[in-house]
Amino acid sequence: MRIAVTSRGPEMTSDVDPRFGRAKWFVIVDTETGESEAIDNESGVQAGSGAGVQAAARVAGLGVEYVLTGHCGPNAFRTLTGAGVEVITSVTGTVEDAVGKVKRGELSPTDAADVNGHWT
Amino acid sequence: MKVAIASGKGGTGKTTVATCLAHLLPAHGQPTTYVDCDVEEPNGHIFLGPRIERSENVSIPIPVIDRELCTNCGNCCEICRFNALACLPKKVMVFPSLCHGCGGCALVCPEGAITEMPRAVGVVERGSAGDLGFLQGRLAVGEALATPVIRAVKRAVPERGIVILDAPPGTSCPVVETIRGVDWVVMVTEPTPFGLNDLKLAVGAVRKLGLTTSIVINRSDVGDSGVEDYCEEEGLDVILKIPHSRTVAEAYARGEMPVLAVPGYADMLEKLADAVLTRVREAEKR
Repeated sequence: MRIAVTSRGPEMTSDVDPRFGRAKWFVIVDTETGESEAIDNESGVQAGSGAGVQAAARVAGLGVEYVLTGHCGPNAFRTLTGAGVEVITSVTGTVEDAVGKVKRGELSPTDAADVNGHWT
Repeated sequence: MKVAIASGKGGTGKTTVATCLAHLLPAHGQPTTYVDCDVEEPNGHIFLGPRIERSENVSIPIPVIDRELCTNCGNCCEICRFNALACLPKKVMVFPSLCHGCGGCALVCPEGAITEMPRAVGVVERGSAGDLGFLQGRLAVGEALATPVIRAVKRAVPERGIVILDAPPGTSCPVVETIRGVDWVVMVTEPTPFGLNDLKLAVGAVRKLGLTTSIVINRSDVGDSGVEDYCEEEGLDVILKIPHSRTVAEAYARGEMPVLAVPGYADMLEKLADAVLTRVREAEKR
């Protein structure tokens, strides 16, 4: 299972970034192999509009099944759901804590965006 | 002759000056149109009380994707600066509320899979207030893009006569769209640190667009000398100073034009009308 976690830094020990579209990093974790890869989301941070849409398309393209983040707006949620990616919001702590909780089945996906969009 | 009334700061008296000026011009034998380009909150109609004769929708083209033809190449998402399209592994999604209607996606689609559908974002209303032509744009509630509506209002402006464009406050896209291509920008400011701060920004924008500007100082006897000092340093022509007056404020509060409700106000504004008419005559000579 591949998981994308929004992160303030590129490490497994970095804190989860509460933002999705404008998160500083995405840490992609493969729970089978334990391998992880950090993706710099500078283009999302700098996006004039549609940061959530752009970030969602990007992580969906990386073949993840889950996104773990603090909050997710309506456009990002629609994009992720459209790509078949499950979204788990209200995640806090470090990236490795968050991945551990998913592996133990302590977190469940949300069925709606948990914050309003900025433009709609 | 197109004259934009702008300010930088909000609440300096742009609409008061623009409507009063527009009201005075037809009596000088010049066909004149007042154009409210403050499409997010057009309110010149309160002063002028026009009869609206026609209303036209303003729309922007948004993409519709034919899934049969789409090969998921990703070109459309790559060209979209506003992230209004999401290219997912198996499909492309469209977010109309993010789309600016530039048409780039349809141009770069190699399969011809993108057609465009109009999405209404506002209206242009035409009418008249006595001898004065009246035009205003209104952005639809919930829409974020003022510029397509401003462009549409400007396209509706008559070729001949004097056009007074009432600009929105600020210095961002809606103001740039309003003042682009006008013959003269009149800045209405107030002699306060706030007026000065925003006037500097607005003058910067006007100069960047290569336009000429003159200054009207409203409530000229309050505040400090900062605005006048700045105008002198920068060689900006202060063409009119309007002193503060409680009677003007009272007329405004009743939605009445000071040129009609306040004795002496029309005489002051005639100076500005003269400046416009002088420019019209100069342009005719050329």
